Amino acid sequence: MAEKLDVSGARDMLVAVSQAMIDQTDTLTDADLAIGDGDHGIGMRRGFEAALEALNAGQPESVEAAFKATGTAILSNTGGAAGAVFGTLFRSGAKGFSGGTVDGESFAAFLEEGLVAVLKRGGVTEGQKTMVDALAPASRAARAASGDGLQAACAAAASAALAGVEASKGMIATTGKARSLGERSIGHADPGAISIILKAMQDFTA
Amino acid sequence: MANPKKILNDPKKVVGEMLDGLVLANDGRLRKLDRHAAIVRTDLPDSKVALLIGGGSGHEPIFHGFVGRNMGDGAACGQVFAAPSPDIIYEAAKAVHRGRGILFLYGNYAGDNMNFDMAAEMLEDDGIDVRTVRVTDDVAAAPPERTHDRRGIAGDLYMIKIAGGASSQLNTLDEVERVARKAVANVRSIGVAVAAGSIPETGKLTFELAEDEIEIGMGAHGEAGVSRQKIAPADTVADLLMDKILGDLPFRRGDEVALMINNLGATTMMEMLIVNRRIRQILDREGIKVHRTDVGTWLTVQEMAGFSVTLLKLDDELKRYLDMPAESLGYSRM
Repeated sequence: MAEKLDVSGARDMLVAVSQAMIDQTDTLTDADLAIGDGDHGIGMRRGFEAALEALNAGQPESVEAAFKATGTAILSNTGGAAGAVFGTLFRSGAKGFSGGTVDGESFAAFLEEGLVAVLKRGGVTEGQKTMVDALAPASRAARAASGDGLQAACAAAASAALAGVEASKGMIATTGKARSLGERSIGHADPGAISIILKAMQDFTA
Repeated sequence: MANPKKILNDPKKVVGEMLDGLVLANDGRLRKLDRHAAIVRTDLPDSKVALLIGGGSGHEPIFHGFVGRNMGDGAACGQVFAAPSPDIIYEAAKAVHRGRGILFLYGNYAGDNMNFDMAAEMLEDDGIDVRTVRVTDDVAAAPPERTHDRRGIAGDLYMIKIAGGASSQLNTLDEVERVARKAVANVRSIGVAVAAGSIPETGKLTFELAEDEIEIGMGAHGEAGVSRQKIAPADTVADLLMDKILGDLPFRRGDEVALMINNLGATTMMEMLIVNRRIRQILDREGIKVHRTDVGTWLTVQEMAGFSVTLLKLDDELKRYLDMPAESLGYSRM
């Protein structure tokens, strides 16, 4: 059980997150085929394989640098909307770790900083059937649980993200390639990459 | 259903290998950047307003096939159906910049918008003037009052042609941007899908259509269109498509237009010419004059079957730039 991670622990957590995303390539592809064009899985695999490479290249200088390097690798290699969104989440969210460690408070700050940047970049709000519908409740849940430590904050965020993905099934897509489906998008969930990331963080800190 | 056949090497390396082949096919007029998936002209004149185009790969010849004289000065190339990352766009932009600013011209998709915007912010930090014009010609994507929500499809070609011509003649980024915006405001397209294409790396079809179905207005990535229906005769389909386009701008009696019929990949020239015949009957009836016609293959979705129809309303200025000679692998005109 981890309640505080230093730079080496943060790096290991990001390696675990990257591996989890790579393992879920087919799941993401199938979810995307239902309402998008089916390139989400291979795009995320490209990004997180590059992140793994960056993380394995050597010990990052700081927790913030490790998250930023992960985000930069995703941004440069994923491409598409997913690259911009998830790259921004890690790069901007990294500011939350300026204190130097990963704990309940800084983890919540990571999601908050990341959410603000993603909302601005994507020009979206909650309820448009995007990853924001998982990220926003996860960020609120992490903040509410942050006083109980890192493990509790990660668990709360992961479970809120999963619920958010589930809730996105009832939403009508009003942005992105699924937008043109309109009401036909109801019944399909956002592919849920944010939920995979947070679940991997939860497992790592458990 | 069996995955469609494609003759490839490593499916993960299609973009790099394709760009190598594209450079060679241009006989020295283009080069690829060393470390990024971007193509630029080798014969770029000095002090020219730069035109950078780009988007996801897999739609060849667009976008990278439209780099050349009086066309795009460079293209930032994403993976298959995915927008290029900001660093690809940034490096491509630096490579085409000749001191007079850069016009970004690309199709309006969330991924392209975000990545090109991030690159534009990086360039602005370097003190380089960047303007963005997004192509929004697909009338099936959103109602007329929400053109900003419309996708860019085959109309991209005319926009690149006009912006390429304008950027070779006009000295300021302001003027080139003005002409490009005017062109976008006057172009309308709609497609019909007959069968899906597939992504090389997954081998999976991007959407499903029954054997006897077509979809009017489907997007270039299988985005849902306006209606799915039983397959119908060419004249009926042409009537449906023209009905959506004509009323949208709207195009009026006395207007002069450029007409483009674009093959989405696997449709025959024979079918497109039959459709062209009907479209001209409709335009004659409506009193709309065709200044020029382009029937060919410019924006594809791998082996997707279907086609799109584009009308661009012309004035003297748009006509001048559209009619300029141009030279690129995907589109040449003497």
